[in-house]
Amino acid sequence: MTAAGTALPEWSVEITPTLVVSTAIATRDFQDVHHDRDRSVQRGGKDIFLNILTTTGLVQRYVTDWAGPEAVVGRIAIRLGVPCYPYETLTFTGTVAEVAGGECVVDVAGRNSLGAHVTGTVRVRLP
Amino acid sequence: MSASFVDASILDEAKRIIAAGESPPRVARDAVNLPMVRNWLEAMGDDNPVYERDGIAPPAMTQVWTMRGLRPVPDPHDPLAAMTAVLDAAGFTSVVATNCEQTYHRYLRVGERVAVRGRLVDVTGPKRTALGEGWFVTTESTWYVGTEPVATMLFRVLKYKPAPQAVLRPVASPDTEFFWAGTVKGELRIWRCEECGALRHPPGPSCPRCGAMRPGYVVAAGTGTVYSYVVHHHPQVPGRKAPFVVALVELPEGVRVVGELLDCDPAEARIGAPVRVDFVRVDASLSLPAWRLS
Repeated sequence: MTAAGTALPEWSVEITPTLVVSTAIATRDFQDVHHDRDRSVQRGGKDIFLNILTTTGLVQRYVTDWAGPEAVVGRIAIRLGVPCYPYETLTFTGTVAEVAGGECVVDVAGRNSLGAHVTGTVRVRLP
Repeated sequence: MSASFVDASILDEAKRIIAAGESPPRVARDAVNLPMVRNWLEAMGDDNPVYERDGIAPPAMTQVWTMRGLRPVPDPHDPLAAMTAVLDAAGFTSVVATNCEQTYHRYLRVGERVAVRGRLVDVTGPKRTALGEGWFVTTESTWYVGTEPVATMLFRVLKYKPAPQAVLRPVASPDTEFFWAGTVKGELRIWRCEECGALRHPPGPSCPRCGAMRPGYVVAAGTGTVYSYVVHHHPQVPGRKAPFVVALVELPEGVRVVGELLDCDPAEARIGAPVRVDFVRVDASLSLPAWRLS
């Protein structure tokens, strides 16, 4: 049984330009900072970087990979931190914060070499 | 205008937009469909089989259905766009998203066509932040299938004035303060010996020709030619974006002066190019001499 305090297995994603671009397009986010490095640098970035819809998607994947395919996600609340550029390793960690009535709330953080890219909570109903 | 007047007018505009309530529904381009779900799963590397098996969409994909696409049409009813325009006009021109909280009442099914409505919830500021002074703008979006709300999102951005970048300041000494006093006034002043009339640059206490210590100055015409130059790539210099060109300019008066060659593509820089002086204002007490191709 899942109990509060249970740690999720750590998960690391290698952030490649292909990942940044393919996820931006799959989320229909055509802002140039997510696919055009020259424009992104002109706007003050170091390179292209992950868009928010992808960060949300990766947080969802991290939790459902752990909770199993039949788990149902009810809420993803995230706070955005440092950008995530290509050639970073984005490492997710998570801890079960509370369990009640078949639902649990998981605290999640995704960090790269610059610091916390995302921190937040995911509410999920376990099968 | 005083800051408090600006703050009050921002808050008035915020009240007006909040009072306008929820925007009319904006309908998704496509109904929820498996090809877009598969593209999303493939890009995310998510191999959860339930979406294809049950014909449902990943909840984190909710917003994707109503994204505005490659050529977005401006939406006069979008409350975030309206508040953004108000803050842009007040000088809070930069934006960074800080929070995104999505609640899914249920998963979307293939074939359903969602519509989204947005409203402005809160505008708080001005706040001092690490990025600069700014306002937190919070909007709430609700996705509907018909009249049924299926998901909501609270989205917060910080609209801010970028903090001014630090600049390396020259040290003005009794020998050089006339030079920096000149650049503030838009004058390129060259040290001149009041004994023999010789010019020198950079300035110093005594005449290199006659040895006298009677410094004065002349105002240069402001023209010259590139005697030599470097293209600076590294290390980073506060307030400068690499690569940039630094030129040693020969003045018709007979001395050479160093300065940045402004707005010059490194490929366009060449020895002998005619240039004209310009002054980059840093603040009320400092302007830096620089050059432009003429």
